[in-house]
Amino acid sequence: MSETQNDNRSTGQGTSRRAFLRGAAATGVGLAASQAAADGPDPLITEKQDWAMSLGEGVDETPYGLPIKYESDVIRRNVPWLTADPISSINFTPIHALDGTITPQGCAFERHHSGAIELKKEDYRLMINGLVDTPLVFTYEDLERFPRVNKTFFLECAANTGMEWAGAQLNGSQFTHGMIHNMEYTGVTLRTLLEEAGLGAAGDLADKWVYVEGADASSNGRSIPMEKALDDCMIAFKANGEALRMEHGYPVRLVVPGWEGNMWVKWLRRIEVTAQAIESREETSKYTDTLADGTSRKWTWVMDAKSVVTSPSPQMPITHGKGPLVITGLAWSGRGAITGVDVSKDGGKTWEKARLANPGAPMALTRFYLDITWDGEEMLLQSRAHDDTGYVQPTKAQLREVRGENSVYHNNCIQTWHVKSNGEAENVEVSS
Amino acid sequence: MSKFLPKLILTTALSATLAMPAFAEKFGLGRAALPEEIAAWNHDISPNGDGLPIGSGSVEDGEMIFSENCAVCHGEFAEGVDNWPKLAGGDGTLADKDPLKTVGSYWPYLSTVYDYVRRSMPFGAAQTMTDDDVYAITAYILYSNYIVEDDFVLSNENFLEVEMPNAEGFITDDRAETEYTIFTEENACYENCKEVVEITKRATVLDVTPEETTEAAAEPVAEETVQVAVAEEAPAEEAPVEVAAAAFDEALAAEGESVFKKCKACHQVGEGAKNRTGPVLNGVLGATIGHVEDFKYSNDFLDAREEGFTWTEENLIAYLHRPKAMFPRTKMSFAGLKSDDDIAAVIEYLKATTQ
Repeated sequence: MSETQNDNRSTGQGTSRRAFLRGAAATGVGLAASQAAADGPDPLITEKQDWAMSLGEGVDETPYGLPIKYESDVIRRNVPWLTADPISSINFTPIHALDGTITPQGCAFERHHSGAIELKKEDYRLMINGLVDTPLVFTYEDLERFPRVNKTFFLECAANTGMEWAGAQLNGSQFTHGMIHNMEYTGVTLRTLLEEAGLGAAGDLADKWVYVEGADASSNGRSIPMEKALDDCMIAFKANGEALRMEHGYPVRLVVPGWEGNMWVKWLRRIEVTAQAIESREETSKYTDTLADGTSRKWTWVMDAKSVVTSPSPQMPITHGKGPLVITGLAWSGRGAITGVDVSKDGGKTWEKARLANPGAPMALTRFYLDITWDGEEMLLQSRAHDDTGYVQPTKAQLREVRGENSVYHNNCIQTWHVKSNGEAENVEVSS
Repeated sequence: MSKFLPKLILTTALSATLAMPAFAEKFGLGRAALPEEIAAWNHDISPNGDGLPIGSGSVEDGEMIFSENCAVCHGEFAEGVDNWPKLAGGDGTLADKDPLKTVGSYWPYLSTVYDYVRRSMPFGAAQTMTDDDVYAITAYILYSNYIVEDDFVLSNENFLEVEMPNAEGFITDDRAETEYTIFTEENACYENCKEVVEITKRATVLDVTPEETTEAAAEPVAEETVQVAVAEEAPAEEAPVEVAAAAFDEALAAEGESVFKKCKACHQVGEGAKNRTGPVLNGVLGATIGHVEDFKYSNDFLDAREEGFTWTEENLIAYLHRPKAMFPRTKMSFAGLKSDDDIAAVIEYLKATTQ
């Protein structure tokens, strides 16, 4: 055990979770560390440390900083076997290691169809055409002159947790639930821009659509019903206070609150008012849900209520032994605000109410906590979200009963972690 | 339409607002889009054929164009290579376990094929095909799915006559009726929800989670890395520029980088390059054929390796000109570079990146 401990101290480097876990699981190092004081004075206190005597970095050292090196394992990760190629692919937010609700852009998951492009603000153009009174072209500067709004929303890929449909597959909340992020966006409402072009030419808006597409080589395009477009969609150019990162669509992306991430077109270059859905590749061959009888649901845009325990979890084992334990996780609903989260420690036999860190906000992540005294017993840890429509997150069995076993997208089932008495956790599926 | 809309959208207040856009405040920002600008970007094609350009293409032409531009990922018969999408096959599998979803078995509209190929393909060289080429590719994909005969010519005139096998296979989102009525507060259980709980599946049994790559990165390697970086930088600073200049023509290599975009979907080169659909190309010039250890080469390549065939500049020029003329069974189903200048440039780029 002292090896792991010594490694940590002597190098000052954070070992990876998994490496740490091996030590912890084998020897109970976490327990031993917390008892160290009983064996004598802690040298971290009694001995003068370098950082307490010498000087640190000056203010001119890091004009724009990254997290401290000890957090270098809090990064996006991908699963190479999922896709043919890392350019048209996806990675995962390290939700297991984050807290609160805002996702830093630098570790927020990415999904590109032809890679993340570098598009300068000066080269950016946004066109509105189709059934509008005056087709318009905006520059980036134009967009900044419209009245602005600030809103926080989650973006979840419809395929999040899709790999778990057939059974427990990936061992970690980052991989099972990490196709999600939550940011505060600054921008202009889509309604403002549509009204600037004028919707008189569209006639009755009830059956009209808005087709949106990106400027990258995939030129990903999606059709959005006019009602949604006029309700709450945003043209965003800032996230979490700063410019969008390249991988999130710099300089401008679309925000479609509560609806699947594929519709949030990045590098947005064109908005067209149409009389019909375009039925693009991404709304027919992909992002449709095949049921047991072979027919498929389409236009399944909204992301239903969902939650996951982020810690403890396979990447976040309990290393401190028995006693006070913080169980925490995230909950969200594309149909409204989270009103409550239940946690089960026995695989769904009994449920208790977790504490929401803040009241749920519509279509944004909500953090929950359950503070317990862990006596070292095994747990089958689950969470279950409630939203303000009265919807309660279902089990995988309930979803399969309706949809069959060939679905990929929109898997919002209850997740189970098997937490063992040594603190390790594993992704498992349990009987219903 | 109202079927799939959230209730709030159907309120009279919003309906009224929907009907009154003319009352909206205008800011006078932006400028009118010119017809040429709209024509340049407005390429979406609707299921009813709206947006289809005038033109045509045959299965016969499509086979050749597909072979040159698409087969490297999608296979000569649209059957798919590695993890790349399969475009043909799978009829009648949609209700099976693991259905095979292809253009033939799944896609409901032919317009989607034309729209997608024209806007997004080929991967790495999007929006480079002519409208007729796209008709031909679309026709070939139909043919590879046995939807049309080999003498078929697809055009904007007969486009809507093609019947897609799964056209009727879709329903609009029905979760409101089939799920939202079940997954409710009323049905949520809190006590004695089930008698026993058993673990039925375990992720560690499958063992498909990527191994932690940060162990190397997060361990005390950090300081070493810095040293290595410094060590690498130092000679670069000291090294006389002439050395680099003598080894390759910088301007030509820059042109080659642009040509290399055609290769990039399958090949990587330079620092950190890895095998993809094709092998990593570091050090290929002057190497024995098939020199990348963990890449599965064609038998043609393995035979040539036995014979000690070397990638001399001359050999590489010949191969890049017409790969299949040199090695008929090469896995690289790239048609070849037509321009001698492009070949020279891309070879220069390979030299430069391997310096």
